[in-house]
Amino acid sequence: MKILYPIIITLLSFSIAHASGAEQVADKKDGQPDDYCPWEMADYAIAEPLCGLVGESQRGSEIVSDSGRGNCLACHQLPIPGIEAYGTIGPPLMGIASRLSTAMIRLRVVDTRNINPMSIMPGFYRNPSLINRPGKAYLGRTFLTAQQVEDVIAYLATLK
Amino acid sequence: MIHLNKTTLLLCSFMLIIPATAALAAEAKSGYEYIKPATRATQDDDFANPGLLSVIQGQRLFNNKQDGASKACAECHNEDGEKLNAKNIARYPVYSENNAEIVTLQKKISRCRNDNTSNKALPTDHPDLVALEAFIRNLAIGEAVNVQTDGPVTKLLKQGETLYRTRYGLIDMACYHCHEVYPGQMIRGQKISQGQGNGFPAYRLGTGEITSLHQRIQQCLITMRAEPFEADSDEIKLMGLYIMSRSNGLSIETPAVRY
Ligand code: HEC
Ligand code: HEC
Repeated sequence: MKILYPIIITLLSFSIAHASGAEQVADKKDGQPDDYCPWEMADYAIAEPLCGLVGESQRGSEIVSDSGRGNCLACHQLPIPGIEAYGTIGPPLMGIASRLSTAMIRLRVVDTRNINPMSIMPGFYRNPSLINRPGKAYLGRTFLTAQQVEDVIAYLATLK
Repeated sequence: MIHLNKTTLLLCSFMLIIPATAALAAEAKSGYEYIKPATRATQDDDFANPGLLSVIQGQRLFNNKQDGASKACAECHNEDGEKLNAKNIARYPVYSENNAEIVTLQKKISRCRNDNTSNKALPTDHPDLVALEAFIRNLAIGEAVNVQTDGPVTKLLKQGETLYRTRYGLIDMACYHCHEVYPGQMIRGQKISQGQGNGFPAYRLGTGEITSLHQRIQQCLITMRAEPFEADSDEIKLMGLYIMSRSNGLSIETPAVRY
């Protein structure tokens, strides 16, 4: 992984530069992609918190409804008071923690295409080198940071 | 630790493109059928439809000689484009075998102006060009979209379809997902349509601007946190052609009003 990563990024930025005719350099000033924490999947779950971080459910509940961050409400219904505009593409997430363990929820938020390759749910911590044609500003980045993902998971774990 | 070997990478790149399934394509429906009744009423009312301001601006550019030009468009095509044929307008974008090129209505307008009125060529999606396109397409309102699908175009449409079924950006979805699998579903309070092209240039309430089809494609890519296709790139022309072929048979609505 450590060795492959720069190669993939180089290949990726090359093909993008080729397609758009513009020069592109991976933007590393925000610490990514070097800071991308590798994770391990076992039994269709990720047991260990990303980068060993601890999530906070209050922050998580803000991230899921913020259209600039998680925007989970674009596709899912969630028990958040005062929100009417939600999406119907994904299943409602009420009671999700009674159906799935925290480790199972983690894999679904990180990159659910490990379970269902045809899923349309974005991998919020998907390996950036697997993203096709990321916007210039997002090159080498994950959708949410590891901390934000852990916050979201902490929030979902309260939905019993 | 995830291990990426050659096989997984290869698999991933295959999965990027959704294979064409045997599923039959749903009947084409205009975006008009998905918008709120109030938005429909705005589109249908000639005084309320803000897109008509662009049509009027295009009409002015068409009828009057511009500074430095030798003629006005109207000198060949008659006042208000009376000599233009609605059936021909409904065929755009067309494929030119001579130049092996997809010619959009905007390109056709820009070149015709440049060749015959010595007006400066306008870059794609220049506001004047979008206004002229809106004016000319509006002349064909009610006419059924009729893009060529046979001969040399068949291969181009396949390429367009492949682009339509490819995942892009951090959202990591394909156009196909939203506009073929999920029309009618809500995405945060917004009803997803089939993403048809028959209403363009369309007025977008979301941005408050008249928007060409190519601009709308770029906007969806930006929403997907993807790098938008560049103006005049092969990708955007193929995608635009493919979208208009999906719209074959739908009535031209320019200027449509959409979210
Ligand atoms: C673009 C649509 C979309 C977005 C945005 C989205 N999801 Fe999903 N999600 C889905 C779909 C569709 C499924 C159903 C399973 C599948 O397709 O893999 C799903 C499944 C899930 C599941 C498993 C549900 C179950 O009952 O098994 C969880 C948990 C989940 N999503 C959480 C989230 C969270 C948290 C966010 C935001 C940080 C989010 N989703 C954003 C579309 C989305
Ligand atoms: C995450 C969902 C999503 C994806 C993916 C998506 N779109 Fe859209 N698109 C929308 C929404 C929502 C609208 C606004 C409502 C509507 O008209 O469908 C829209 C509107 C459109 C329209 C205007 C339709 C009309 O009648 O005015 C076009 C054209 C379009 N999209 C093309 C595309 C193309 C091309 C792609 C891929 C590059 C794409 N879309 C990807 C959600 C999406």
